[in-house]
Amino acid sequence: MHTIVADRKSSVEPGTEQNTTILPVYDPEFLKLLYRRMVAIRLFEEKAGELFLAGELPGFVHLYVGEEAIAVGVCANLTATDYITSTHRGHGHCIAKGAQIERMMAEIFGKRTGYCKGKGGSMHIADFSIGMLGANGVVGGGLNLAVGAALAAKMRGSGQVAVCFFGDGASNRGTFHEALNMAAVWKLPVVFVCENNQWASTTPYRTATAVRDVADRAASYGIPGVIADGNDVFEVYETAKKSVGAARDRHGPTLIEAKTYRIKGHFVGDPELYRTKAEVQEQFEKNDPLKNFMKKVTANAWLCPEELEAIKAEMGGVIQQAVETARKTPYPGAYELEAGLYVEGEVSDAGN
Amino acid sequence: MREISFSEATLEAMAEEMSRDERVFVMGEDIARQGGIFGQFKGLPQKFGFERVRDTPISETAIVGVGVGAALAGMRPIVDMHFADFITVAMDEVVNQMAKIRYMFGGQCTLPIVLRAPDGIIRSAAAQHSQSLEAWFLHVPGLKVVIPSNPADAKGLLKSAIRSDDPVLYFEHKALFAVKGPVPDGDHLVSIGKARIARSGRDLTIVSYSLMLQSVLEAADALSKDGIDVEVIDLRTISPMDNETIFASVKKTKRLIIVHEAVKTGGVGAEIAARVAEEMIDFLDAPIRRLGAPFVPIPFSPALEKLVKISAADVIRVAKEICA
Repeated sequence: MHTIVADRKSSVEPGTEQNTTILPVYDPEFLKLLYRRMVAIRLFEEKAGELFLAGELPGFVHLYVGEEAIAVGVCANLTATDYITSTHRGHGHCIAKGAQIERMMAEIFGKRTGYCKGKGGSMHIADFSIGMLGANGVVGGGLNLAVGAALAAKMRGSGQVAVCFFGDGASNRGTFHEALNMAAVWKLPVVFVCENNQWASTTPYRTATAVRDVADRAASYGIPGVIADGNDVFEVYETAKKSVGAARDRHGPTLIEAKTYRIKGHFVGDPELYRTKAEVQEQFEKNDPLKNFMKKVTANAWLCPEELEAIKAEMGGVIQQAVETARKTPYPGAYELEAGLYVEGEVSDAGN
Repeated sequence: MREISFSEATLEAMAEEMSRDERVFVMGEDIARQGGIFGQFKGLPQKFGFERVRDTPISETAIVGVGVGAALAGMRPIVDMHFADFITVAMDEVVNQMAKIRYMFGGQCTLPIVLRAPDGIIRSAAAQHSQSLEAWFLHVPGLKVVIPSNPADAKGLLKSAIRSDDPVLYFEHKALFAVKGPVPDGDHLVSIGKARIARSGRDLTIVSYSLMLQSVLEAADALSKDGIDVEVIDLRTISPMDNETIFASVKKTKRLIIVHEAVKTGGVGAEIAARVAEEMIDFLDAPIRRLGAPFVPIPFSPALEKLVKISAADVIRVAKEICA
């Protein structure tokens, strides 16, 4: 999905200073894809929050509102055979990697047509057919899984890349250290994407982490650490493009820190006693990645507002349909309880 | 039949499976250049290279997590834990990731990974290098747990574990590595989930496994001279447990002792005793007895260490008590 079609140079005469300014031009279909995925995430999350508060969804729900540009910008660089690992706040990563909204919705309802037959729920959606190796209920639990997938890719020489999404909270876990060190020393094709949304559950980043930027920690592993504006899908896309390219070209891992802000509480229903509504409001007005996107594409006349509206309406319809289908679908039967724990039979024929 | 050591048997198992399937690889601390701290990987990198026999940093969490990730991405890793005690450093990876992934993702994936975990008491290795932790993992749905007692089973169970599409914990007693025994030639497989009658008898059933089986067999020989005919079951797999073999034996002998090196409290013996009590208490002619380590960490001093080990004499004493 490398869809930059041309580099549009400025129309200024050659030899002048302005000639060095290069503005990438994006294929309209690519821009639509970015928007479709970002708006799908936003609408999915708003709907999930609404359904949870209405008592329709069991369990916990952690929303990705305000962070859409990161998953979408990064995954726009990946193919269906590349791998990602995700977090408890994982709906956005699934949609960005191309997961089916209907099966995601059924899963968070706990229905048998869900991705995991209702056995995983919001924190455990996976789609192995598109390389989505699972959301993870344990903070920092996905880091080493991504490194393992990258090791598999390297051993096979398949050219696949693994991307690990994790938060600023996870960057304080030991798994972060072990994963980055091992990936670096083995030069594995993995990109670590730290979504620094400023909040580890209810704890602010600045009170839990001594370095100003998580990206600085890359130096400890001898790998590049770069910062991207996580609210700008174009900046995320371009940054990830370099890192994914480097991984694919066997130059080893990169740590990307995408700076953003968690607009919603840690979970739906979080009373958010740790911050003011005014702070959240200010951040959302200033940094909403969807608004940023719309401003940029309409200002440059890449897409018109009507096209964006049409996509939003289409995705709204898809999500509403998914909700209605999920409501109607049955729960898993009791026979499902013990099914699927082990692979049938004692010994597989691994040679085939 | 040819005789080879337990350690050589595991080496053969790995080499055969690595030749058979290029997705199989091994990683762990000190295994490639050093050959493993017990020599159980010697010569393997010379055959398969340092890509497929990988030395890792001292990062147990990553070693297991990376193994899980590689398995999810289509490889079949064998991960060496150095000492079984160090599984504790990777408990999230074993319990929350490895054991759960297949079920919680609705059966979308398989998880063909083997953890080799050298356990047990040896030469005053003390509290953090001597434990037998197999019972912990019996309590976790999603794992398979095997524990061979001799070279033939060591090979057969390791080969089956490598071919299994489910995660397998392979506990191997450190004091068994040098033990020699007959091992069949060729593609020798031992089914996971199947116990073995190591000795037939009619008066008393003793269930045991791993190194402790030697003491139990020694005790059984001595007891036969006193007219007590002991049936010895080598459990071989802790999970899934072979209830059928245990129940059939107890139905016949009407007496049961379970013997393991691990701490008695909350041990595998407790689970077996509970299953037998629930299912067939009416068949029993005597109370079920368990022999296991006292409720203390393994002490360093040889004078104390020997007090936590179960001996053949202990087994004989308890057997005579319940057969009286």
